[in-house]
Formats: sequence, C-alpha cells, structure tokens
Amino acid sequence: MTIKYLEEYRSREIAGGLMARIRQIAVRPVRIMEVCGTHTVALFRSGIRSMLPDTVDLLSGPGCPVCVTDQGEIDAFVALAREPDVIVATFGDLMRVPGSGSSLQQARAAGSDVRVVYSAFDALDIARRNPSRRVVFLGVGFETTAPTIAATIVTARKRGLENFSVFCAHKRVPPALKALLSSGQVRIDGLLLPGHVSVIIGVDAYRDLVRRHARPCVVAGFEAVDLLQALVLLLEQIGDGRARLANAYPRAVTDGGNPKALEMMAEVFRPADARWRGIGVIADSGLEIRERFAAFDAARVFGITARRVPEPAGCACGEILTGGRKPPQCGLYATVCTPADPVGPCMVSSEGTCAAYYRYHRSP
Amino acid sequence: MSAAGKDGRILLDHGSGGAMSHRLVVEAMLPAFDNEALAQLDDGAVLEVAGARLAFSTDTYVVDPVFFPGGSIGDLAVNGTVNDLAMCGAVPRYLSAGMIIEEGFERRDLERILGDMARAARRAGVQVVTGDTKVVPRGAADGIFINTAGIGVVPPGIRVSGHRARPGDDVILSGSIADHGVTVLVRREGLEFDADVRSDSAPLNHLVARMFAAAAGIHVLRDPTRGGVATTLNEIAGQSGVGIEIDEERIPVRPAVAGICELLGVDPLYVANEGKLLACVDPADTDAVLAAMRGDALGEASVVIGRVTAAHAGRVELRTRIGGRRLLDMLSGEQLPRIC
Repeated sequence: MTIKYLEEYRSREIAGGLMARIRQIAVRPVRIMEVCGTHTVALFRSGIRSMLPDTVDLLSGPGCPVCVTDQGEIDAFVALAREPDVIVATFGDLMRVPGSGSSLQQARAAGSDVRVVYSAFDALDIARRNPSRRVVFLGVGFETTAPTIAATIVTARKRGLENFSVFCAHKRVPPALKALLSSGQVRIDGLLLPGHVSVIIGVDAYRDLVRRHARPCVVAGFEAVDLLQALVLLLEQIGDGRARLANAYPRAVTDGGNPKALEMMAEVFRPADARWRGIGVIADSGLEIRERFAAFDAARVFGITARRVPEPAGCACGEILTGGRKPPQCGLYATVCTPADPVGPCMVSSEGTCAAYYRYHRSP
Repeated sequence: MSAAGKDGRILLDHGSGGAMSHRLVVEAMLPAFDNEALAQLDDGAVLEVAGARLAFSTDTYVVDPVFFPGGSIGDLAVNGTVNDLAMCGAVPRYLSAGMIIEEGFERRDLERILGDMARAARRAGVQVVTGDTKVVPRGAADGIFINTAGIGVVPPGIRVSGHRARPGDDVILSGSIADHGVTVLVRREGLEFDADVRSDSAPLNHLVARMFAAAAGIHVLRDPTRGGVATTLNEIAGQSGVGIEIDEERIPVRPAVAGICELLGVDPLYVANEGKLLACVDPADTDAVLAAMRGDALGEASVVIGRVTAAHAGRVELRTRIGGRRLLDMLSGEQLPRIC
C-alpha cells in the first residue's frame, strides 16, 4: 500500500486497521526496544502507547543524544562557558541538563554568554560578528547532526574564522546497539531502529548487527501510521521466529544512506572510544575531530576535556537508557526529579524517556 | 526545593507562564502579599469597593521584536490587560501605562507604539488615564518595556473564575491557536518563511459581552497567553479540581502556523495567543453561546474542543487524532522566550 500524503499517515482509519492487526498477532508477551528518543515521544504523543495491547512491552534505548552525554562532558560545557571572552552556542536541549555543580542555563543566569541556536551555522554567524570573542559550538548528537557540524568546521576553515571551534561530543548509534546486544543483559525480542539517523547512515549500517544477534530490526518513521506499520512488521517477524532487517520508512531512508553526508563526516571526524552515560565506554562509538582540523577542536584549543565524575545518587538514567528499567521504577521519578528540578538528563531532554513519561503519562 | 535555580537565581523559565512561573508566584509572591483576592490566582482580582464589584489586573510587556505582523507591543499592552479584565467578567474601563524606555530608543518608534495603544484603546472602548515614563541608560532595558494596569466593572450576577468549572461543562475555544507566538518567533529569528502568519492581538471584551448577553451558564473565561492552551487548561483543572478532556482533531490551527510549528519542533498547544479565549460553559447553554460567538468577528471560528469531567481531577487528557489518549501537561519552563 503506497501512502502519498501526510494526512494519510495520521488517518484514524488506517491507524485503526494497523492497530487491529497488532492486537491479532501480539498474542504472547514481547519486548521491543525503541532505540530512538524521538520515537519514544512520538509513541506517546500519537496515543499509540495507550492503544497497544498489554502483551507489547516497549522499552527505551540509548537513542537520546543529550541523555547519553556523560556528566563529565556537561561539566566541560559549563567550564567552557565560564572561560573569559567565550560565547557558547548550543542547541536548546542542553541548556537545562544538570552537571555536577551547575547547568548551562544557570551559568547564563550567572553571567556567562550562552546562546541557543537552531542551526550550527548560526554559531558561525556569531563568530563572524564577534571577532574578538571565541565562539564554541557544543557538538552533541548522533549521525543526524554530525554531518552538519562537520560542514560548519569545513566552512569555518574556508572563511578563516579562527575564533570558532566545536566541542565534539558526537556519538554513533550502531556501536551502542552492538554493545547493548552483546552484553546479554537486556532481553529484547526486536528493535525499532531510528528514523533520522538511518536517513544518514542507511539501512545497510545495521546488517552486521542483525546477522550477529539474530533479532528482527525495523527502521521506522515518526508519524502514527509509520510507527504502527513498523510495529506490525516487527511483531509479525517475532511471531514467525524470523530475524530480518526491514525498512518501514522508505520515503526517507535508503539502503546506502546519504553518501554526501557520510563523506562530510568522514572528512572532519573519525571514530573514537566514547563514554555513554550510565553505560560506560563503548569502543568506536564516538567521533573525534581529525588532526588537520585541530584548530577548530575546542577540547584542544582550550585544553578542556571531560573528566570522570560520579553520576547523581539514585539516578537510574543508565538503566533506563538500556531498557533495564522504566522511569516510574526510578526512585526519584516525579518526586525528587521533575522537569523543573531534573536530577538526570533523561528528565530534561526533549527526547528523554523520563521527560516523555512525565509529560504524557505521569503515573505508572 | 525552592523555586529559584539551584544556585538561587531567577531563570528565564520563571517567566514562561508555565509550572515554574506558577511555583515562583506561590512560593514568593503569595506569602509576601498574603490576601484572599490574590490567592485566587485568576487573571485579575475582583474586589468589592463601595458597593460595586471592580476587576483589577496588571501585565507587563517585554516582547521582542516590538513590531511584528498583526501588531506591536502597544497593541499587546492595551489588549492584554483589557482581556484579563474581560476574563473576570468585567467591562474594562480605564488603564494605566507605565513605560521603561532605553536610552537611544527611536522617538518615532515610541510614537508609533503610542499610536497603536491609542487605536487599541478606542477599539476596546477604554481610556488610558494615567501613566509613568522612565528612561534608563543604554543596556539597562531592551528597547521598551510597558506595564499596563486596568480596572473594570463586573455587572451584577456575573461570576466567572478559574475555580468554577464543573464536570459536564463544554470547553469552547474562540479560534485558531498559536498565531501570535509563531509570528513573533518567525520575526525575531529572521526566519525566511514565505508564510502568512500574523499576531491575533485583539480586545475580547465585546465578544465576552455578547456571550453574557446570550446565556448565564458561563463558568470560566481565560485567555491562553503565555504557556498556551495546554497550560491554561491545566490551570483551570487545578483551580477547579476537575479533569478536562480535549479532542486533538477539534483544535483549529491555521495550516501556515501548523507547518512552521512542525518545522521548528514547537507544539502549538503551548504557544501564546493574544486574541483568543477559552470558556467552560454549562452544556445547556453551549449552543446559544456558540451562536453568539460566531456572530462576532473575533469568534467566527469558535468551536467546542472538549469537556470538563470528574475523572482525573487536576489533569488534562488529550484524545489523539488516531483515537488514543495521553496526558496534556502544563508547560514546565520556557518554550519560546519573550513573545509577549
């Protein structure tokens, strides 16, 4: 069935039909990981979660780039903001994440120059207009954002914007999924794969994962019908005992991804080990800026790196990000930890699992 | 934990109109001023003075930019306070206007703003009868900040308050949402959209008068400004101790506004409106109230968007387009800075 128009992806009739199919095939309990934070939000917002049968258990995954940013990196961001003459430019989501002592929002209230931008290129503009200040863009995000950040670095070099740099905290999704499935600690029957990341990296990026770990994996879009179609495909495979990789978002995602974006990423970044909050160090799961762009690497320019710091006591973000616990099972959820007073980033990021539960569901 | 940030400072979130703003008021302002009228926390205070019932309200306008399609800070300053009075059931009569102007502000911009205020006042049928002007050094204010306070008279027999919603009431919305906030955001960020978006800033007192002339069963009136429809509905649910259910499909959003919201990842239900109202109405009176509203230019698109229930008291639930349900929460902190 080809669906052409956006309205159809929100159609009550089509959604109803798919939901009926789900109820038909989900006869025994299954556990599906929604890797991507935006999927977690979309599943709540659309009302799908409220309509699924009890047999379908949805668990969160590590696909929230702000949530998996290590506490030490947050502290490094705040430290950068406190450097003299520095303007920190960031996506809005990072503003409220609590570090060990402060957050970017609090640093701004205390006098640091921290600016929210919609696009990394806005940060270049700020650098151009403020030649006597040093502008640092906080590079947080998966493969969806990394190519654009790479492009800003290339552009900065072309234009000789020597007062611009990026603090690179980018991460890659497939190595994290590999680590998760290899750990054997999480029982998952199937995975809902991220939509936007897959636009960049392509379906083929997951083939190895599926081969090694024999779980059905389906790339999904974000509209209600997209998600329901992907769930149907997953549940059918689980029911049949198959473990294939499928693309339920073909209007945006191809097998090979976006070659230009991948090239841009490879020109500026290379894989490096990275620490994921609550998970630990995962080999090759991050990106670092290559030597020839060192002048634009904020970590090198300022000599600031992320230190190992303890995570807040009682915060279960790590387990929540790996499908081990659900937010209402965290002792701090909705009592001590709320969007207004977050303890961990999962409660504060727009893609955070705890924030999604709190906003759209509240009680267990 | 106190309402201030962890290091005791006021954050932009405290001005968003959402949960953090509410907390600041409850924890800092209420104890300081400690009186029953204030404790109602309605859009304005209704006071018994010399045998009459007066409504009294104030609001401060800090919008950036000061000029935008559909209006200016001047329009907001008059219409905003007129509307707060109208939401108390009052006939707005007199306004004060206090201005804080940054050194260097263009005289002709000031005159344009004053002209906008005068025009808005005439349209609303109110007079600006007193005011104050201060000029502060460059950098001490951003352009111009305007505070208006207003008084109005509540006719006998009219009693509207956020506390009066009852299970069974219909929830009526007077028209499309998010027009104002999106217009200001697009203009401020210099976003190059070829889109027809305009602020909906308008005085609602004439519309409200029509509604009262049509029926007596109007329990709550609120204009969903900062924090949007979602926040206002939560406030009502909290004040009245009731639940509210809203149907997503019934909420009018202009296509251009919906498109921009999608692009920017902004939820129209949390975006400010400056010329719209929400009403909780006895269902026996809904048809009459709707007919009266639709006869007014500012209420042509009025529609029932949901109902008040006894279930899930204090919470607002959304019936989604595909037939599911989810919580419609209050805004916590800042979604869009300085839009009104």
